[in-house]
Amino acid sequence: MAFSHLLELENVETHLRLRDGTIKAVDGVSLTVDAGETLGIVGESGSGKSMTALSIMRLLPRSGRIVGGKVCFKDRVLTDLSEDEMEEIRGTEIAMIFQDPMTSLNPVFRTGWQVGEPLRIHRHMRSRASIAAAVDLFEKVGIPEPRRRVKQFPHMFSGGMRQRAMIAMGLTTSPSLLIADEPTTALDVTIQAQILDLLRTLNRDYGTATILITHNLGVVAGMCDRVIVMYAGRIVEQGRTDDVFAHPEHPYTWSLLHSIPRLDADEHRPLRPIEGVPPDMLNLPPGCKFQPRCPFAVARCAAQEPELLQVREQLARCWVTQAGTRLDG
Amino acid sequence: MSNAPAIVAAGTPIRRRPIALLELAQRNRGVLVGLVFVGALFLIALVSPIISPHDPIATEPDNAYLPPLSPGHVLGTDELGRDQISRVLWGARVSLPVALVAVAVGLVGGGVLGLLSGYAGGLTDLLLMRVVDALLAFPALILAIALVAALGPSLRNAMIAIGIVAIPVYARLVRAVVLQLKQMEFVMATRSLGASPIRLIVRHLIPNLMNPILVQISLSAGFAILAEAVLSFLGLGAQPPTPDWGQMITTGRTFLPNDPWLAIVPGIAISITVYSFNLLGDSLRDALDPRLRS
Repeated sequence: MAFSHLLELENVETHLRLRDGTIKAVDGVSLTVDAGETLGIVGESGSGKSMTALSIMRLLPRSGRIVGGKVCFKDRVLTDLSEDEMEEIRGTEIAMIFQDPMTSLNPVFRTGWQVGEPLRIHRHMRSRASIAAAVDLFEKVGIPEPRRRVKQFPHMFSGGMRQRAMIAMGLTTSPSLLIADEPTTALDVTIQAQILDLLRTLNRDYGTATILITHNLGVVAGMCDRVIVMYAGRIVEQGRTDDVFAHPEHPYTWSLLHSIPRLDADEHRPLRPIEGVPPDMLNLPPGCKFQPRCPFAVARCAAQEPELLQVREQLARCWVTQAGTRLDG
Repeated sequence: MSNAPAIVAAGTPIRRRPIALLELAQRNRGVLVGLVFVGALFLIALVSPIISPHDPIATEPDNAYLPPLSPGHVLGTDELGRDQISRVLWGARVSLPVALVAVAVGLVGGGVLGLLSGYAGGLTDLLLMRVVDALLAFPALILAIALVAALGPSLRNAMIAIGIVAIPVYARLVRAVVLQLKQMEFVMATRSLGASPIRLIVRHLIPNLMNPILVQISLSAGFAILAEAVLSFLGLGAQPPTPDWGQMITTGRTFLPNDPWLAIVPGIAISITVYSFNLLGDSLRDALDPRLRS
């Protein structure tokens, strides 16, 4: 079976079984990523964006299980692979970078040794050769004095350098898909810009498709071809970044865009925070999950959950916009 | 030790290597002294056949009950005229191997339990930890005595029993550190590189356990020596005529009113040995702890 996309998720459902009940952390998510493309996934904490990424990698926590749908990558169905086959794909075809560079490197090993680990796992390289490869990789990701740096321990690296080292580790085997789970959240703004710049360069130079998970809309605007907005485990809006930012078709996206300060806005326009609190995943409201906080909600929203349907340029899960109403931008 | 100089200045880049003992010794006087003492003990055990002036089990009934500093017998002789210093030196050859074997049993048993429990979590963790709790519920020495009583009194069984008693300590320690490590993203990151769980545990987690384990080894070696002496004192460990410190105290006990050195000399040997291991363990803990918290 051949697939036209690099990565395709079909109706993936991931449940977390907790003591208090089962959480539908990922609820019927379908998405595609093409070769060389950058896809952004935004949403607040607990919206299921990280769980979507971990479902792709099949690295869910103990309590998590993919209960429905399938993940296809290249010509393989990842959700049907054995654990051994999956280990072969992790780190060769798909790599992942994590949020906290402070703890994402092992404190007792030299960074060069760690960056070379995928080569030792997958290419059965010897330590010396893998560290030599790490020197090259350090150079590629812009770590100065790579020869000296590979011999250092993680605590001797700054946060930005560690994240660069993590990216180097992800690139070791030239994967075709890189999943970056909030790669800049723990970094300060200037370093953030450098890391994003690096990701952009790598995407351009090596054609690595990237899934960028973030809660920072600015990052998405600068980086991503397409964007997916998630809320309560569901995709609520999906489309080309330009379209979604220019005229959001889901009130949640609209609210997000209106809650960030803009330099080019009217001087006295107040910021508009999103009312209410993030949803209780154990006790989701009936109907549209965003409806209790939605400034546009109509009677139907509380009764029946909308589907993710085409609304003008993009896909949105909203009765109001599906009926033709435009959210005032 | 509290009088050791504060060694780890905040912010000083420190290599977190499991085997940097010599480096630590340079920074921490307690570690240095502990290492020298423990090293000396092992050396004595190694060369005792050469440096002992007499055969430790050769009896000289004519020279029985000689007090310390007698000519030819520096620490005197016992009730059968056996040379005390030779017996004490040879005693190290009994106590130290017992400590090593017991620690190895505890470390391997407890380490495996702790790793399994901490890494797997859930029901496995619950069940294994209840077993460990059950072992911990007994006072260590009482449990060791009970085990030897069940296995039959011999030095080998004493080693096993002391080792089993040490298992829960290692299991708890290893589990706690593994639980802490599991929170760190490098665990997930390593898995995301395609490392199997076994590779993750063996090559990435175990090296992180070295520091706390090193401390625990020194401390439990001290306990093992004491426990072995107690078991032998009670007749459950080394059997006569093996030159064993605990056993020497048992015999010497009878002659305490007139010839107290018969019990005091091996007692001092035990004290010095246990103190050395504890000093090493305590100082190692002090020297390594600031980094564990980072």
